Amino acid sequence: MKSSVIIFPGSNCDRDMDVALKKFGFKNQMVWHNDTEIPKSDLIVLPGGFSYGDYLRCGSIAGKSRIIKSVIDFANSGGLVLGICNGFQILTETGLLPGILQQNKYLNFICKNVFVKIKNKENKYFKNINKEVLELHIAHNEGNYFCSNDELKSIEDNSQIAITYCDHKGKDDEMNNPNGALKNIAGIFNKDKNILGMMPHPERMIDPFLSGEDGSLFFENLIGSL
Amino acid sequence: MIKVDEQIAIEHGLKKDEYKKICDLLNRTPNITELGVFSAMWNEHCSYKSSRKHLKKLHTKGKQVIQGPGENAGVVDIEDNDAIVFKIESHNHPSFIEPYQGAATGVGGIMRDIFTMGARPIANLNSIHFGSIDHEKTRNLLRGVVKGIGGYGNCIGVPTIAGQTCFDESYNGNILVNAMTLGLVNKNKIFYSKAAGINKPVIYVGSKTGRDGIHGASMASAIFDDKIEEKKPTVQVGDPFTEKLLLEACLELMAGKSIISIQDMGAAGLTSSSIEMASKGDLGIEIDLNKVPCREENMTPYEIMLSESQERMLIVLEAGKENEAKKIFDKWNLDFAVIGKTTNSKNIELFFENKKVAEIPIDFLAENAPMYDRKWTKSKLPKKNKFSKDDFKSLKLSDCLNKILTDPNIADKEWIWNQYDHTVMGDTIQKPGGNAGVVRVHGTNKAVAAAVDSSATYCHAHPLTGGKQVVCESWRNMISVGAKPIAITNCLNFGNPEKEKNMGEFVECVEGITEASKYLNYPVVSGNVSFYNETKDKGIKPTPSIGGIGLLSDYKQMITMELKNDGNYIFVIGKTEGHLDQSIFAKNILSNHNGPPPEINLFNEKQNGMSILNLNNKNLIETCHDVSLGGILTAVSKMSIKGNKGVKLFPIEGLVNKFEYFFGEDQGRYIIEIKPENLGNVEKILKKDSIHFDKLGIIGSDQISYKNDLKISIEDIKEGYKKWLKDYMVN
Repeated sequence: MKSSVIIFPGSNCDRDMDVALKKFGFKNQMVWHNDTEIPKSDLIVLPGGFSYGDYLRCGSIAGKSRIIKSVIDFANSGGLVLGICNGFQILTETGLLPGILQQNKYLNFICKNVFVKIKNKENKYFKNINKEVLELHIAHNEGNYFCSNDELKSIEDNSQIAITYCDHKGKDDEMNNPNGALKNIAGIFNKDKNILGMMPHPERMIDPFLSGEDGSLFFENLIGSL
Repeated sequence: MIKVDEQIAIEHGLKKDEYKKICDLLNRTPNITELGVFSAMWNEHCSYKSSRKHLKKLHTKGKQVIQGPGENAGVVDIEDNDAIVFKIESHNHPSFIEPYQGAATGVGGIMRDIFTMGARPIANLNSIHFGSIDHEKTRNLLRGVVKGIGGYGNCIGVPTIAGQTCFDESYNGNILVNAMTLGLVNKNKIFYSKAAGINKPVIYVGSKTGRDGIHGASMASAIFDDKIEEKKPTVQVGDPFTEKLLLEACLELMAGKSIISIQDMGAAGLTSSSIEMASKGDLGIEIDLNKVPCREENMTPYEIMLSESQERMLIVLEAGKENEAKKIFDKWNLDFAVIGKTTNSKNIELFFENKKVAEIPIDFLAENAPMYDRKWTKSKLPKKNKFSKDDFKSLKLSDCLNKILTDPNIADKEWIWNQYDHTVMGDTIQKPGGNAGVVRVHGTNKAVAAAVDSSATYCHAHPLTGGKQVVCESWRNMISVGAKPIAITNCLNFGNPEKEKNMGEFVECVEGITEASKYLNYPVVSGNVSFYNETKDKGIKPTPSIGGIGLLSDYKQMITMELKNDGNYIFVIGKTEGHLDQSIFAKNILSNHNGPPPEINLFNEKQNGMSILNLNNKNLIETCHDVSLGGILTAVSKMSIKGNKGVKLFPIEGLVNKFEYFFGEDQGRYIIEIKPENLGNVEKILKKDSIHFDKLGIIGSDQISYKNDLKISIEDIKEGYKKWLKDYMVN
């Protein structure tokens, strides 16, 4: 399976993602933001970081970068596009995913382990994960998901909510919402479920010596379902 | 053009006799640009004029040392051609004036020192000191500093893996922000600042030069008064995004062979970087200031030379490699300009609008910079307190413990480090909040541990002992995670060196550091000095911060501090005499601030530490935590809270009373957890090595208990310990 990780100036989780993809069997290649074409891929990843310094708004300049047209074309033709953290922000800026990511409710950067509940397994990202709750890691200042009521209705009607913040038992209430995200949303799909944007970083949870191992389940499933 | 006279020189922070020396050396009056250059090079921050004499005494050698003090950072060998480049640096003065930018640019500056040497930064640490929690500025300063450190480090994508936070009223008017970075480099690909060869192009890369930070280094060499707000324009403004690009571009250029020398523009900007490169190479340097990329219009030579705009580097390149290098910086969208060349004149020559605007022999600025042998007074060892039974009569262990666990200097600091990205780069195997941060050496089985320590209370009570103690505490932090201590970097934060008492504190702390680091083979390979931490005649407590690093040749051997399993035993390694003077207990419970700090026995220190490493190599210990502030009971509580396990403490043997035993701050001690089946083996080894140990207790239940004197649930102590800082910041 081939994957491509896009490097924007200011990306800083590109290497981590490369390491994770390769560990689970992807043939990964790095693609520079100023390129216009993406090599043949089964998966495109927009990594975390601070693309273009996150000036203007998080992800906004990356959403207009040279490479992004190819990403959009790939996504629209049904290709798998995964955006982690800043990558999620970029996906909302391009319009591939609905809604926006605002500054965290308590106005601080948050770096810690969180639990997320898988809300939809009818897709390649979570299909064969035989757990309902994953322990993942967040590290962001703007992860507070928000969208209009109409958009929310449409997201819910189309089962586009991918994961929600919760406790270790899966209770996804306000008590377990680290950043103020609407409906505890930590990640969403597009209607066709080929595009996933999520704030947590599975690539930081891929061996027992790191903060945890549930990231491994995510990547194992991903390569298995392609 | 401003006419230079003595008054203007004084306004530049120079002393009368220093100005006279400049005129004598030049045999004329300097012009304003030259005066600016002299003032930047001769201030305390850049010239180390009060400290140089004493810093020479530091222990800086060792088989593991590749580069000691004198370069951008120190370098140590960690085998297999890998080397760690590391250093700690202060950004105290600017952080007090403007906490966010001051702290942010402190982090940016130290990271540049590391990647200037060809190393990719792999971990950040910091040591921050604030005034009393009741002081009106403390909350805002803390909030701003933490945001600044996070804002910069998080954006670059380097994990902040450990740190230290202190509160003490002596920092009310002068907070301390010390930032440390570790980088990884191939030991055959290290870059130095020494220029070589004449007619080599001098290249400027990075951000444009603006008017920010002019005289930053002079400001950092001055004491504060009521007009402190006026100094805001001297604080630099950081842009971590540009630094990230600069980091990647520099490392890309360094992969080739075109760089002769490279130096970041830190304190005193273009002035110190160009002079340092030329001075080390025994060369001259010529700069055309019209070629320097400027952010603002009509900047004068004086402003260009003294700007401390961030994210800039100066490179001496092999002739003919300019285009190759430019391509890389174009790719990363960074300014690149050939601004001058090396010469054989041994002078710095500055040109502006085709006129020579300054010419100074480099020697005058570097080697001939003033060096002072300042007067200092020796501190006496204070007399020991004699506590009587009555002092403890009405005390209860549980009340004391609760009070100590919610002491600002003990309470959990998660509110701080949750704001730092500590997991990016995917190699953080021990997070903040433990004995030390640990990161794997990417793609290998090795890991590097790092921690920062300071003990201003002890240093204040007796600087010589305090100096030794900080080094030992750093050493213990390495041992406690199973790492072999390798080397240290020191950030020496002191008051006004022109005062004999403050100078004495400096001299004796340095002596203490030297003695301990020599004995432990834990050499100092880099560091900096920050004097004049004084406001309106009130100086800070002497605060040397020691950043230590250690090596785990197999990261799977790492030890953590949370208690692991019911039924396991805990031992205290090292002897407990019950030293309460200068302890948290004495201050907080007995309201006693007198007496000497705990004594340091270097022999025991080394023996105890080595024996822990030995036990760990044999896989005989499950957990380890060094005993520091707050003594044994505080240490046990933290281990219990982290592991969510209770402990039944055994009756104390010997004559020490329970308060002295549980809260005394004797040095050289660790608490370890041992499986029952390993007890015999561990005891045998410890006895054979003549290591003193006490059987402290057995793990189990959800409370900490001691005879009928103490029964306290983990949930209860956790609540106060975990919540204190969060509550403080919200209210």
